[in-house]
Amino acid sequence: MSLLLKMLAQRIALGLLLLFLVSILIFGGTLILPGDVAQSILGQSATPEALANLREELGLNEPAVGRYFDWLGGLLQGDLGTSLTSGQDIASAIGKRLGNTFFLAFWAALISVPLAILLGLIAVRYRERWPDKLISAVTLASISVPEFLIAYVAIFFVSVRLRWAPSVTTINDSMSLGEKLHTISLPITVLTLVVLAHMMRMTRAAILNVMQSAYVETAELKGLRMFTIIWKHALPNAVAPVVNVVMLNMAYLVVGVVVIEVVFTYPGMGQYLVDHVSKRDLPVVQACGLIFAGVYIGLNLVADIVSIISNPRLRHPK
Amino acid sequence: MRIPIAALIGLCFTSLYFLVAIFAPWIAPYGVAEIVSRDVWLPPSSEFLLGTDNLGRDLLSRMIYGGRTTIFIATAATILSFTTGSILGFLAAVLGGWADQAMSRFVDLIMSIPSLIFALVVLSVMPVTVPVLIVVMGLLDSTRVYRLARAVAVDINVMDYVEAAKLRGEGRSWIIFREILPNALSPLVAEMGLRFIFMVLFVSTLSFLGLGVQPPQADWGGIVKENADGIVYGIGAALYPAVAIATLAISVNLVADWVLNRTTSLKGGRG
Amino acid sequence: MSEKLLKVRDLKIGATVYPPGEKPHDIEIVHGVSFELAKGQVLGLIGESGAGKSTIGLASMAYGRGGVQITGGEVWVNGRDILKTSQGDVRNLRGGEVTYVSQSAAASFNPAKKIMDQVIEAAVGQGKFSKRDAEARAVELFGKLGLPDPENIGNRYPHQVSGGQLQRCMTALALCPEPDLVVFDEPTTALDVTTQIDVLMAIKEAIRDTGVAALYITHDLAVVAQVSDDILVLKMGDMVEYGSVDQIINNPQEDYTKALVSVRSIDHAEKAPTPEPVLKVENITARYKGTNFDVLKNINVELHPGQTLAVVGESGSGKSTLARVITGLLPQSRGNIHFAGRDLSPSLDGRSREDLRELQMIYQMADVAMNPRQTVGTIIGRPLEFYFGLKGAEKRKRVVELLDEIEMGESFIDRYPAELSGGQKQRVCIARALAAKPKMIICDEVTSALDPLVADGILKLLLDLQKVEDVAYLFITHDLATVKAIADSISVMYQGEVVRYGGKTDVLSPPFDDYTDLLLSSVPEMKLGWLEEVIANRKMESAGN
Repeated sequence: MSLLLKMLAQRIALGLLLLFLVSILIFGGTLILPGDVAQSILGQSATPEALANLREELGLNEPAVGRYFDWLGGLLQGDLGTSLTSGQDIASAIGKRLGNTFFLAFWAALISVPLAILLGLIAVRYRERWPDKLISAVTLASISVPEFLIAYVAIFFVSVRLRWAPSVTTINDSMSLGEKLHTISLPITVLTLVVLAHMMRMTRAAILNVMQSAYVETAELKGLRMFTIIWKHALPNAVAPVVNVVMLNMAYLVVGVVVIEVVFTYPGMGQYLVDHVSKRDLPVVQACGLIFAGVYIGLNLVADIVSIISNPRLRHPK
Repeated sequence: MRIPIAALIGLCFTSLYFLVAIFAPWIAPYGVAEIVSRDVWLPPSSEFLLGTDNLGRDLLSRMIYGGRTTIFIATAATILSFTTGSILGFLAAVLGGWADQAMSRFVDLIMSIPSLIFALVVLSVMPVTVPVLIVVMGLLDSTRVYRLARAVAVDINVMDYVEAAKLRGEGRSWIIFREILPNALSPLVAEMGLRFIFMVLFVSTLSFLGLGVQPPQADWGGIVKENADGIVYGIGAALYPAVAIATLAISVNLVADWVLNRTTSLKGGRG
Repeated sequence: MSEKLLKVRDLKIGATVYPPGEKPHDIEIVHGVSFELAKGQVLGLIGESGAGKSTIGLASMAYGRGGVQITGGEVWVNGRDILKTSQGDVRNLRGGEVTYVSQSAAASFNPAKKIMDQVIEAAVGQGKFSKRDAEARAVELFGKLGLPDPENIGNRYPHQVSGGQLQRCMTALALCPEPDLVVFDEPTTALDVTTQIDVLMAIKEAIRDTGVAALYITHDLAVVAQVSDDILVLKMGDMVEYGSVDQIINNPQEDYTKALVSVRSIDHAEKAPTPEPVLKVENITARYKGTNFDVLKNINVELHPGQTLAVVGESGSGKSTLARVITGLLPQSRGNIHFAGRDLSPSLDGRSREDLRELQMIYQMADVAMNPRQTVGTIIGRPLEFYFGLKGAEKRKRVVELLDEIEMGESFIDRYPAELSGGQKQRVCIARALAAKPKMIICDEVTSALDPLVADGILKLLLDLQKVEDVAYLFITHDLATVKAIADSISVMYQGEVVRYGGKTDVLSPPFDDYTDLLLSSVPEMKLGWLEEVIANRKMESAGN
C-alpha cells in the first residue's frame, strides 16, 4: 500500500511542478520573445513618449523576476491582474466564462464518452466486418477536417437549412436548463463529433489489446460465456487504458472548445482568449493560457492516477 | 511494383494539389485580391466557376492561391519540425545521459501545454507573419517528432546488431547512419504524412481565428473566416475549403499508409 | 469407439496468413492427422516449431487461436464429434471435460484477480462443484502439486508468486473441474531446469493420482518420454511416426525420429590445458549502475587457446553478465581481465581495435543480431573492411570463402536476414565473428532459440570451425546437454558465483557440491523411467538426511 501512496504522491508533486514550470514558461516566454508588448499594443505609429508611458504603466521597466513573482503571488490569491484593453479585473471576467466553458465541455463529454466506448465495443465485436470498417472510414474522414469546418457544415445544414437548432449560442442566467441545452445543442454535437472519432479508435485499440491477451483465451477455454469473459476478465483490465483514452480526449476537447466557441460566438474562455490575443492584451492571454494548461495537466494527472491505482502489482505488492 | 488502388488515388490527388499549388499563378483565372464583380457571393457560373466571395472576388482563384499558401506553410513547417525533431531525437537516443534527460524533460514541459494554446500565447506578442507562423508551428510540432524519433532510435539502439557494431569498434556516425537510420526511416516517413496533415489543420485553424495568414493574402482557413457570415444566409462559400482540406488530408493519409506498409514489407526481403 | 476418450480422424487445420505487401490468403498448417487416446492415458505430441502441435492440442477443445480454423476431419470426445456439436455443448466441453495448461502461466492468469477465483472459476461455472467444494479441492490440489502454504496461496495475486509456482497453479486450475482430458502445452519450457523437474514431477503425480488423460505437447523428446504412454511425432503439420513411448525412444523407424532421439549425442573428448591461457579472468566483481548488489562475485576462470570453456547456470546466475564484463560493455568494479597476453581495459572505449578484433561475440537471437537492412554480404563483409581494409573483389572472395566455411555458399551473398531460416541466420553470425580472425568468441546461448536438430548442426559446425581456425569459445548456456557436447572445461555459476570449475570430466564426476548435483540430476535424459529414478533418489537422500 505504501508503494502505491508513494507513487501517487510523486505523480501529484510532478503535476504541481509541471504547472509551476508552465507558469514560468508562459510568463517568461512572452518576455524573451522578440517583439515589444507596448509597441504591439500601440502599433507602429506610436510616439516614443506614448510607448514610454505605457511601458511604465505596465511595469515593463522593472526586473522580470520581480514581476513574475508579483504575478504568481497574485495568481495564488486569485488575483489575475487587470486587462490592458478594458481595464477590467480579469478574475471576475473569467469566472463566469470559465463556468460557461465547463458547462459546454461537460455536456459534450457526457454524450461523447459513453457513445465512444459503445462504438468502440461494437467495432471490437464486429472486427474486420462492415460495422468496424464503416466506423474506421467515418473516423478517417472526421479527423481529416478541422473542427471549425465541421461546425460550419453543421450550421449550414442543421441550423440554416433544417432550422433545428440556433447557430448563435448566447446563454445567460435567466434561461432554464432546457433552454440552455437547446441553445447549445449544435456546439455540443460538433464537439462530440470532434472527439468521438479519436476516442472511439483508441478505445477500440485498448479493448482489442485486452481481448487478445492470453488470460482472455484462458477464460474462453474455461467454457465461460462471452458476457462473463468481458465482464469479469476483460473489463477490470481495460478500465485503466480506457480511462486514459477518455482523459486524453477530454484534454483534446479543451482545445476544441476554443475554436467551437469562436464559431458559435459562445461566451466562454476560448472566445475570450482569442479576442485578447488579437488585441495583444497580454495579462489576459497569460491568465487564460495558464488556466487552459492547468486543466490539460490536471486531466493527464487524473489519467495517470487511475492507471497507477488500477495496477494490481502496485495495489497488491509482493 | 504494384501500387494498391487506394494509394494510387491518394497519390493522384496529392500530386494534383501540389501541382496546383506550384503553378497557381498560371492556373488561377483571376488575381488573388482582384475584385471581379460588384455582386458578392454570386452563385457558381461559367464565368466564376465557384462564384464570388464576400468582397466580390473570384472564389476559385482564391481557393487556388489559398491552397498554395496553406500547402507552402504546412510543407515548410513539416520540414522544419522533422529536421529539428528527428536530429535531436536521434542525438538524445544515442548520447543518452544528461543530454537526453535535459532535452526530454524540456519536451515534456512544452507538450504539457496544448499546441494551439501555446501558439496563441506566442502569437500574442509576436508579429503574425508567414515566417513567424512557420517557425512557431514547426518548433511546437517538432516536440512530437522528437518523441517519436527518440523512441524509435532507443528501440533500435538496444538491438544486438547495434551492440555488435559497438563491439566491433564502429564510430558514432556509422552507428547512426548505417545501423539506426535505415531502420528508423519507415515509421518516420509515415509519421511525416500525419504531421503534414496536422500542419494543414493547424494553420487553417489559426487563420480562421484571425491569427494566421493575414488578408488580403488568401489561405483556406482565412477563406472560411471571410465567408462565414454567408452561412446563415444559406451561402456555402465557406464550405469549399472543407472539401479541399478533407480530400488533401485523406489522400496524404492513404499515401502514408502505403509507404509504411511497403517499407515494412521491404524489411521482409526483396522477394 | 466408446472406450476411447479422444479420437481424432484426418484432422485438417488452416490459417489465414497476411504476408506484407500481398493479399491475405489461406494455407493449410495441419494436413490430416489421426490419433486416439484412452481414459487415463497420456499422449505426447512432439515436433519442432511449426509442426502444428499446439494447434492440434487446441483443436481437441474445438478452439482455433488467432485466425486458425479447423477445415476438415473429426474430433470425437466422449462419444460425439465436437466440431459438429452446439455452441452450448462446446462450452460444457471446455473447462469441464477438457482443460488447458499453457506455456506461460504468467500471461494466462488474469493479473487483476486472485489465483483462487481463477482456479475454481471453471469448476463452479460448469456447475460441477459448489464454491466451497471447489475451494477445498483447489487447496488439496495445491498441496498435491507441492505448492507452499496450500491453504493461503489462492488468496494471492498472480504476480505475487514465482513462475514455477504459477505454472503449478495453472495445473491446479486445469485439474480442479475433474476433467477427463488435460491439454498440456509446453508447460515447462519457460522454466529453469531445476524448476522444470519439480513441475514435471508434480504434473506426473497429479496425472497418476487423478487418473486423468492428457495430451502433452513439447519440443523436448526427453521430457515427453518421462510422462507419456504413446508419442506422436509431427513435422510441418504431417504425422511422421506414431507409437508407444518404448518404441519411439528405443526403436524409432523414421529418419526424422531417429535424428530427434539421437540429438545432443555429439562426442567431444576433453583437451588438456595449455601453459598459456588466452583469457584469464581474475577476481572479477561487478554490479549494474544504480544498484547496490554485486551480480558477479570474485570470479576466476581461464580459457585456453583453441578450447571451449562452458559457463553454465540458470537465469539470474550472472553468466550473461560475465560476458558483458569480458566484452567491456559492463566495466567491472574489481578484478582483472587478461587477454592474449595483455590486460584489457575495463571499459569498451579504452580498448584498442586489435582487442576488439580478437574478441568476437555471437548472440542468442540471430534475428536481432543482424541489421535487417543489410545483406548477408554486407554483414559478413563489414569486419573484413573494418579490420583488414579489404575492398571490392578481394572482400567478396573472402566473404564467399566464409560462406563456404559455414556450409551456405555464394548464392546467399545478396540475401537479407529475413530471407534466411533460423539456423542460417545463426550461421551468418558465426561467419561475421570468424571474419575478424578472432582468438576467442563469446557464444551467448547461441543454440537456445533453435530447434534441437538445427541446434545440433550449429554445435557441430562450431566444433569443426574450432579445429580449422584454432579459436577459443567462451560458451554461455543453461543447457547441460550442450555443455557435455562441446566443453573442454566447465564453470558452474549460481547467484553470481562460480560454485564449481575445472576440466569437463572432473566437473561432471562425483563427488558433487549440492547445486551442481541438483543441476545435473535435473536435466531430462532420453531414457524411460529417468524421472522416477530421480524422484526415488531424491526421496532417499532426503530420508537419509
